[in-house]
Amino acid sequence: MNRVLHDFPGGLKLPTGKELSDRLPSLLHPLPERLYLPLHQHVGHPAMPCVRVGDKVRKGQLIAGAREYVSVPVHASTSGRILTIGDYPVPHPAEFKAPCIVIEADGLDEWHDIEPSPDYAATDPADLQRVIHHCGIVGLGGAGFPTHVKLGEGFENAVELLIINGVECEPYITCDDRLIQEKADYIIAGARMIAHAVQARQCVIAIEDDMPEARQALVTALDGDDIELVAVPTRYPAGGEKQLIRTLTGRDVPVGGLPIDIGIVIQNVATAAAVYRAVTRGEPLISRYVTITGAIENPRNLQVLLGTPVRDCVEKCGHRSFSESRIILGGPMMGMQVNHPYIPIVKTTNCVLIQQRESLPPELPCIKCGRCSEVCPAGLMPQRLYHAALRDDFGQAVDRHLFECIECGLCAYVCPSRIPLVRYFRYAKTQINNKERQLQTAQDLRERFLAKQQRDRQDARSSPSAPEAAQDDKRAYLKEAISRSRSRRERIRHQHDPDEKPGDD
Amino acid sequence: MTEAPAFSPPYLHAGANVPAIMREVALALVPGVIVYFFCFGWGVVLQCLLCMSYALAVEALLLRLLGKDVRLFLGDGSAAVTGLLFALCISPFTPWWTSLFGIAFALVCGKHLYGGLGRNPFNPAMVGYVFVLLSYPAETNRWPGPEIPNLAEYISIILRGEGSAIDAFSGASALNEMKSRLGDMQIVSEILTAPGFGHLAGRVTEWINLAFAAGGIYLILRGVIRWHIPAAVLAGMFISSAFLATLDSELHASPGFHLLAGGTMLGSFFIATDPVTSPETKNGCLLYGFLIGLLALLIRRYGAYPDGIAFAVLIANAAAPLLTRLTLPRLPGEVR
Repeated sequence: MNRVLHDFPGGLKLPTGKELSDRLPSLLHPLPERLYLPLHQHVGHPAMPCVRVGDKVRKGQLIAGAREYVSVPVHASTSGRILTIGDYPVPHPAEFKAPCIVIEADGLDEWHDIEPSPDYAATDPADLQRVIHHCGIVGLGGAGFPTHVKLGEGFENAVELLIINGVECEPYITCDDRLIQEKADYIIAGARMIAHAVQARQCVIAIEDDMPEARQALVTALDGDDIELVAVPTRYPAGGEKQLIRTLTGRDVPVGGLPIDIGIVIQNVATAAAVYRAVTRGEPLISRYVTITGAIENPRNLQVLLGTPVRDCVEKCGHRSFSESRIILGGPMMGMQVNHPYIPIVKTTNCVLIQQRESLPPELPCIKCGRCSEVCPAGLMPQRLYHAALRDDFGQAVDRHLFECIECGLCAYVCPSRIPLVRYFRYAKTQINNKERQLQTAQDLRERFLAKQQRDRQDARSSPSAPEAAQDDKRAYLKEAISRSRSRRERIRHQHDPDEKPGDD
Repeated sequence: MTEAPAFSPPYLHAGANVPAIMREVALALVPGVIVYFFCFGWGVVLQCLLCMSYALAVEALLLRLLGKDVRLFLGDGSAAVTGLLFALCISPFTPWWTSLFGIAFALVCGKHLYGGLGRNPFNPAMVGYVFVLLSYPAETNRWPGPEIPNLAEYISIILRGEGSAIDAFSGASALNEMKSRLGDMQIVSEILTAPGFGHLAGRVTEWINLAFAAGGIYLILRGVIRWHIPAAVLAGMFISSAFLATLDSELHASPGFHLLAGGTMLGSFFIATDPVTSPETKNGCLLYGFLIGLLALLIRRYGAYPDGIAFAVLIANAAAPLLTRLTLPRLPGEVR
């Protein structure tokens, strides 16, 4: 079946730089001496350590568990001894230190006892989701959202379409391309497992039309007509969730909503491969493909154990001069610059890009040329958001749909005044979220206080009511998430524009 | 906004910059300037050089007084382009002090009082031009022809501003002629046979307009400006003049005359398209352009001044923020 492809707004063909690293097969990165495993490599709550300093661990052993629903466990990437548990630099835009478990490798790389799940097709989808959760799998495309949560939300709703996203649209990154070429069968099997876990009616694997080898690999490995293979036109950011959904289905995710609101679940190809390993072998997520590229001697893809310092990886590819270059984790459009070379590769690290250091060009005022609006894939008008952020006018920024911005960086890429627009937008988002959190805390405290008053009053009447049974963690989360996303925009609007009349839109 | 990390993504850039845009605009003006020079002589070149130097000097002084980075902002090229556009609006006879006043007014009251580059609601060149047009009508509204002064004569006219010397060389522009003769109860077909007229409009202005249009099309092809505004200005002028001409073609000049007379092409491709002072949405630009075309024609036909482009642009500038708000696009997936 030939799918009719649709167009998304904005976007731009970028110089890809992919030829640097997409020719050579990936290499297994050698075992590093020490591994730094952050407890928080995903969206949600950090994991809680369940080992002690000095403990012996084996490869794949659980070392930090997930206590909350929106959290995933962390596993030992190799066998060895727990050296310390403490704060170390982690990949974060603000460059702070966060709790990590440091493992001293013993060089044996001995596996913990892992057990495969029986025939997945006969397994209950909820059990399959549990396996995925226990194996610590998160979205490997870069965002790091816990996979089981997405799948759980999917299973609760009717999933029309599962999209396996191999549209690696950002320049320089080729890890998904290489993964597809080398592990096409894993991806296809993993896609079927995810499709089973969410009971999806259709499944599409999407790649870009400039990935002929990957396409060939998938065509060869595909042994059924349950999965459709689609090559979408190469244009950044074609691999963005909303952009890809638009391209494949012509439908738009509602503003402020999620793909599941229109019956779609979307997962990265690497996630599918990780699901395959987790289900068929019981292997937790302990390694991933990482593209090491840019101004470096031997750019290529490496299969890296999580927790390996970035420095080890780039030195393996012939990088020496750390003083004259900067290290970017992720691609050149959406990645983050890190200054500490011992920062570890984590679950969301898809690329390490080395760039020559150059001085920042001067920022001129906005001349409203409108180029940013032309390229914005979310259909926003970045210059108007920028002016709102510049004035700290956050109500205006939210009204102008700041939270629809996916930070793809195209606006800043084309800006002739060299305004770092994404930085302004992140700043505004952080400020708004902080204010909202403060308001939420105040409200929580107030509710607590009122509840206490109520209890005291009831105590006085000497008939304590039985505490309500604690709700199922997962259901509570889902309910909360839905109500949060619905009320968020409304609330912020009123918070910032107190004089505006309600319902005045 | 407070502190943020020095570098933020993206770590790539397409390479576009404001000085390059301004250079493209200046380059696109060259064909028009050359034809203008052939038609009106050295005065054109002198005015261009004079006004650009004024603009750079005044801008540098203002930046210094305001404590801004003189090299950075002078280098953005916007002041030079303002000077150049101003020079192409005024008559080549304009005395040196008149253009100095115009430029100073443009940059002080049209630009820096609002906060400088990117913040001015009105097109600075038009602010300056309208200022001299209203304040010194005798100095700015006399056009050379049919006899053209030579370089020395131009220098003496510009330096001394002697009325008698100007009288010796000046004729009436096509728009002036059309306006005054229609006022004298003549009819269009009769007026067009007068010596100053060519195929459609003024004998020389129609070629100047075509040359500016060519430069404007170059800017569109290079992606410096979008087609919406010039197309809408021309459409607005065409439709409204065609409407009048169908009512009575002997009382109202043809659309062809209006499109190629006065500052139509310079205004629609180079002045109305100033991104700072035009609406931010495509539909807004279409409305804005149409408004300019319509107003310019009404001012030409019924106003006190022969050409109306400058006034029309300033009025439409004032409407631009409103036009933006009225035409904000809907987001994909947005329910209203």
